[in-house]
Parts: sequence; structure tokens; C-alpha cells
Amino acid sequence: MSLTFLQEPLDKTAPHVVPAQSVTLHVNGQARTIQIAPWTSLLDALREYLDLTGTKKGCDHGQCGACTVLVDGKRINSCLALATVYQGKQIQTIEGLGTEDNLSPLQQAFVDHDAFQCGYCTPGQICSAQGLINEGRCKTVDEVREHMSGNLCRCGAYTNILSAVMEVLHDGEAVVDNGVLITIPAQPTKAVS
Amino acid sequence: MNSFTLTQATAADEAVRDLTSHDGAAYLGGGTNLVDLMKYNLTRPTHLTSLGLLPLADITSLPDGGLRLGALATNADTAWHPEVEKRYPLLSQTILAGATPQLRNAATNGGNLNQRTRCYYFYDLATPCNKREPGTGCSALTGPNRVCGVLGTSESCIATHPSDMCVALAALEAVVRVQGPDGERTIKFEDYHRLPGDQPEADNTLKAGELVTAIDLPEEGYADHFTYLKLRDRSSYAFALVSVAVGLKMSGQTIEKARFAVGGVAHKPWRDQEAEKMLEGQTASPDLFRKVAAKVFAEAKGYGEGSLHNSFKIELGKRAIVRALKQAVEMEYEVNPNAFLNSNP
Repeated sequence: MSLTFLQEPLDKTAPHVVPAQSVTLHVNGQARTIQIAPWTSLLDALREYLDLTGTKKGCDHGQCGACTVLVDGKRINSCLALATVYQGKQIQTIEGLGTEDNLSPLQQAFVDHDAFQCGYCTPGQICSAQGLINEGRCKTVDEVREHMSGNLCRCGAYTNILSAVMEVLHDGEAVVDNGVLITIPAQPTKAVS
Repeated sequence: MNSFTLTQATAADEAVRDLTSHDGAAYLGGGTNLVDLMKYNLTRPTHLTSLGLLPLADITSLPDGGLRLGALATNADTAWHPEVEKRYPLLSQTILAGATPQLRNAATNGGNLNQRTRCYYFYDLATPCNKREPGTGCSALTGPNRVCGVLGTSESCIATHPSDMCVALAALEAVVRVQGPDGERTIKFEDYHRLPGDQPEADNTLKAGELVTAIDLPEEGYADHFTYLKLRDRSSYAFALVSVAVGLKMSGQTIEKARFAVGGVAHKPWRDQEAEKMLEGQTASPDLFRKVAAKVFAEAKGYGEGSLHNSFKIELGKRAIVRALKQAVEMEYEVNPNAFLNSNP
């Protein structure tokens, strides 16, 4: 995927009393060394220093989920993570999930289900959904809704996002019609004793 | 965010030394609360001692039959640990009722204990707040205070502790293990968080430089009769208005042992040991539960009527206790806003 930047990405920090440190991050299978200050968030490191602008900055306070990335296969908010302490971890962003010619199953499902409007929350939604699938804890529509609650979509594309996630989660076997799941039984309300 | 230096410690004693050798230093766990507070300029540490490399992320069985939760284990790893799910389902359910999957994957157990209040005024630098800036006054006493407390409040602060997990830890009678400049010690969970009094800036009883290293759970996990009832303004990703964590030991319809704590109503998870005793040896009944609930809120003080103010929490809290006790006895849910929480695959 080729992207054109209006501005060259930063290659050095602003002058400051705290010197930049050399930090090596493993992102999408590649080791990348950058010079950053301790307060650089993982989100800013990805976007401003590594040109990986697929990950989005929404609220920058861990509330909207637009910045969701996978660290060792687990989804986190990269805006609340200080990049320095993520050395040695395997970081995966939306750019690492698939390519333009070979979309990941979730990326393809989001296209097929029209699971976005403006698209700003989409990379976070897809990384979060990938984390949900990696966790292997959710089966039903209610469970998926709850476990996607860390990702806001201000366009309100939730219905189709849910359909896309359910399809991939059930390997294409879930049938979701207008947000209503038809083939997977609803959650029982009795507690497991 | 202000500038700061950062050290990555690799052992607890090294972390304590690093922190105490820097003025204005703070421990960094998962960062989900601290980094947020720093972005809002609510806290301005000049040095962070990062704990990410400390070997404190394990969850291990204790010789006395209990379970030790490492302070650096994430909330998600704790909630989904097989031993926690099997023996302490109350804790698992409670953790999963809080925050979002992304936050639970980064947030640590130690950090959960030490997170700050979400009182509106604590977060609003334009308003007085005794917790943020001692001596400036409490804006919540008269302003909108829907999220604030009704038990154990003081004229200087009515903030609540926001954690769900801690409500279960209070009911489970956990013990907090800490390490500081003077060595190690343990703190009973009921003594860990404190009431605001005239020192609302202090959330807990940690001494300067002390670091939480683990949380120990006693053997009894109440796996047969438990519930976490969380009432909030929306059914996901919101702090509790009122929550109740219950663990019971039953023999038929007789309650042999009862432990419960209430969240969202005080500066700490609220436990009332006299109320617990009222349940023990008694037959479970709605009348008994109502008496117990009335006892818990007997000295509650509301701070204004209407939906913006918090007096409604007194009646809501009583009803929540009654329903939570009923749920824990029957292990069935009459009204279940969180169906997802009750199925462990």
C-alpha cells in the first residue's frame, strides 16, 4: 500500500531537557528503531515516527478505541501506552493484518457488509475484532456487542460491524439479518452453576 | 503532558529504590489511568518508574489453599485465569463488568487498586477539588453529584472509588501485599482504601514509596453462591452508580456465611460487617434482605434530589442489595442486564 504524505514524518524530537532515547519496536513483523522521548505514546510512535497512519487518534484518552492495536495478539488502546515500555513486544496494526490485494477475513467482511461510513473508527474496530477472535470468548451477538464496547462509531454503523464480526467469528456460518442473528441461539439467562 | 524521565525496573526492590531516589516520581503499571491523568495535567510526575518488567504477573496457588494474584497480572488475564474462573467466579464476573477489553488487557491488578476517582470535579481543573488541590473546597457538595457517594462522606469530599474489581476483593476479604523502603508488609483489604475525612487527597493507606506486589485471596471463593450486580447509566462501559458483590455459603435455605460489599457509594468499597452478621445463621428471605439493606444505608446522607444529584442512590442501593442477595441465593437472574457476564464458555 502506498501512501502520500503532505508533510515528512518527524525524524527527531523537539529540543528538550530529557533526551530522546533509542527505542526498538517490533511492528508488523519488522524491527524499527526510532528516537523518541519517554512521553511518546505508542499511538504517536506509530503515526508520527513510523508512518503507520492506519491507526487513528480519536479521543486520545482510551475512550473511543480508534487507536486499538494488537500487542502479542491482545488488543490495547495505543494512546494510553508509552512506546518506550513496549520494546520486545510484537505489535500489530491494521497495516499488518492484510494487504490491499489480500485483505484479512475481517477486512473483507467489513467491505462485504458495508460495516463503515466515514471509516475513521474502522482500523480500531477491525483490530479490536481480531483481538476478540484471538480471545476466543465470544459466540453470540450479545457477547460480541459487549466485547466490542470499547470501540465507538459515531456514524452508527454498529449493525453492519456486528454482522461482519459475526460472519468471521463463525467462519461464514453465522447468518445475521439486519443486525439480528438467526442461526446462533440467544444467550441463556440462567447462571452457570 | 509534562516532560519526565523514565526507568524500567526489573525487580521490586530496584523499583522502590528508583522511585524513592527521584522527587515527584510515580510508579507506572499498565498506564491506563496514570497516562490519562497526566494528559489531563491532573498529575505531573517528573519521573516514572515503569513496572512492566517486574516478575509479578503470575497467578499462583498458596499453601493455605488461597490464590496469589500478581500485581502486574492484567485485569483480563486475571478474570480469565482458569483458577479464578473456577474458584473465584465472583472476581471474574466483577472484573469483566468494568472498563473495556482494551483497557482490561493493559490495566494491572495493582493499578486497579490505585486508580483515582472519576468525580467530575477531580477531572475539571477549572473547579475547586480538595482531592486534587487540598484546601480549595469540594464542588460536588452542591453541584451535580450523581456519581458521588452517600456513605462515609465528609464535608471535604464525597468522591467514590471507581473500581468494580475492588468491590469483589472487599467481599472476598483479600489481603494486599506491599513492598516499600522499610521492607514488606500486608494490608487487609478493608484497611487498604480509606474514607476521605479531612484528608481526601489520600485514597489509600500506602506509605511513601510503597509498591503493591500481590493480592492474596483466601481459600473461600463462594463459587456456589455469588453475584455481582452492577447498576449504571448504560449497560456497558460505564462506572457503577451502585454495585453489589455478594458471596454466600449456604446449607439448604440457611445462610452459613455471608460477605458482601457495595460499590459506587463511598470513597472505598463499602463493607458492613454487622449487616453481614445479620444474615448468618438465618433463612434467606426478602424480609431479611430488606432489613440488612436498611442497616447498610441507615446512616447514609444524600447530597440533593433529582437526577443530577445523588440522594436516589440510597433507595437504589437498598434495592440493589436485596436483589443481589436473592440472586446469590438462587443463582438465577430475574432481570439480567448483563446476560453476557453469566456465561463462561
